[in-house]
Amino acid sequence: MSGALVASGVSRRFGARTVVREVSLALEAGDCLALFGPNGAGKTTLLRLLGGLLSPHSGTVALHGHTLPGEADTRRLLGVISHKSMLYDALTVRENVTFAAECQGVRDVRAAVDAVLDRLLVRDREHQPVRALSRGLQQRVSIARALVHGPRLVLLDEPYTGLDEVGARALTEALRALKASGATVVLITHNLAEGLELATHTAIMREGQFVHESERPAHGFDVAMYAAMYRELVAGGE
Amino acid sequence: MTGPAIETGAPVRARATAEALPSVTVPSRAPSFLGDTWRIARKDLLIEFRTRSGFLSTAVFALIALAIFRFSWDPTAVNTLDLAPGVLWVIFTFAGLLGLNRSFGVEHADRALDALLASPVSREAIFAGKALGNLVFLLGVQALAIPTLGLFFGLPLGPEWLMVAAVAVLAAVGFVAVGTLFAAVASNTRLAEMLLPMLSLPFFMPVVIPAAQATARLLGDQPLSEAVPALKILALFDIVFVVACTLAFPFTLEE
Repeated sequence: MSGALVASGVSRRFGARTVVREVSLALEAGDCLALFGPNGAGKTTLLRLLGGLLSPHSGTVALHGHTLPGEADTRRLLGVISHKSMLYDALTVRENVTFAAECQGVRDVRAAVDAVLDRLLVRDREHQPVRALSRGLQQRVSIARALVHGPRLVLLDEPYTGLDEVGARALTEALRALKASGATVVLITHNLAEGLELATHTAIMREGQFVHESERPAHGFDVAMYAAMYRELVAGGE
Repeated sequence: MTGPAIETGAPVRARATAEALPSVTVPSRAPSFLGDTWRIARKDLLIEFRTRSGFLSTAVFALIALAIFRFSWDPTAVNTLDLAPGVLWVIFTFAGLLGLNRSFGVEHADRALDALLASPVSREAIFAGKALGNLVFLLGVQALAIPTLGLFFGLPLGPEWLMVAAVAVLAAVGFVAVGTLFAAVASNTRLAEMLLPMLSLPFFMPVVIPAAQATARLLGDQPLSEAVPALKILALFDIVFVVACTLAFPFTLEE
């Protein structure tokens, strides 16, 4: 079976410590995997492996059958958002997003930058240096940077960190639109409600492994029941 | 899968089968090595222009070092032309190191390097862009230091200075190739500022020694042919270092 994003038996060590062990997953276009787990479970490392930012010690990660990090055409499909902004703080909002758009090979850079700044509600700050912005606004700019080229696989590591209600809503809407357009989304979050709202699939990770996987039921996830199960599964993992 | 399953379907497992890649939703063009190189260099220079911290500290270091050499120099004991080339290249070496240290700092501060690595920009273009930015930075320091050296040491102005400038540019190419590679290696560690000189200084020698020899001959009013052997060695190491460092750079990005 093929999938938009397929990881097969992926493991990664740092020194003697295995941080991700034998993780497999397959997501189709339009799927959203919400990945939960305690601190140190290996979620961020797994996300970096899925994005080709780290090489697995065993197993493979493929995007539409093309192994990551792969060629330019494969990497162009990626958008990565982390709890670090991945921005240059001496550059303005527009300069940062323009640089990202140019690196992605966007043809009409100005139009694409204008559109994504409008969508993330940061157009009015476009000429401010990033270092002058609050943490939440920096996060919105970081999201604009990652989405400016219309990626088909979006990897998000705690994207809601620091966002106020307006920013969180703008992000959720942007992710909904991405899903609707057929993009695949992998979302790491500690907020079960936020994750379950968008998720078509969920996984709970502990000590480098998936300890639970599920697909969205027809009537949606029951947040309270999921939270109770999560607590049971990760008890002692924090 | 372990643990209780609530409202769950079977976990999906699959093998990847190569298929045609979908298009991004925003129209895009193929990456260009030269375009990406220039874009990264321009971004680094814009950041340096905005902050000025790297250039100011390096320029101040170069000027103070020149002044120290000037005031500790006894003209009756050492001839100017014996001292000046060595002073110039010692200063370029250490001033260059100061500049190189900040080169990858901007990429690691908020992990902007990850965004670059996840983009279609090739690893080689990232290296070339960082090296080009460092080259312009070092040439700026040289443009300040070379006239100051002539002024401080009372060296007569003449056409040989143009040749000295050409040697400085030639040496800077090999210098930044090695320095950019090791700056990338060192930036992945907590001891970047200590590790960079330890790694790179031995590799600077094949560039700095012939450059200092050529400078001494040119300033000593010797015919250009006297400097040619040193210039050939310099050019050879430039080529070796640029090619080897470009090929080695992608491996420095692995964690």
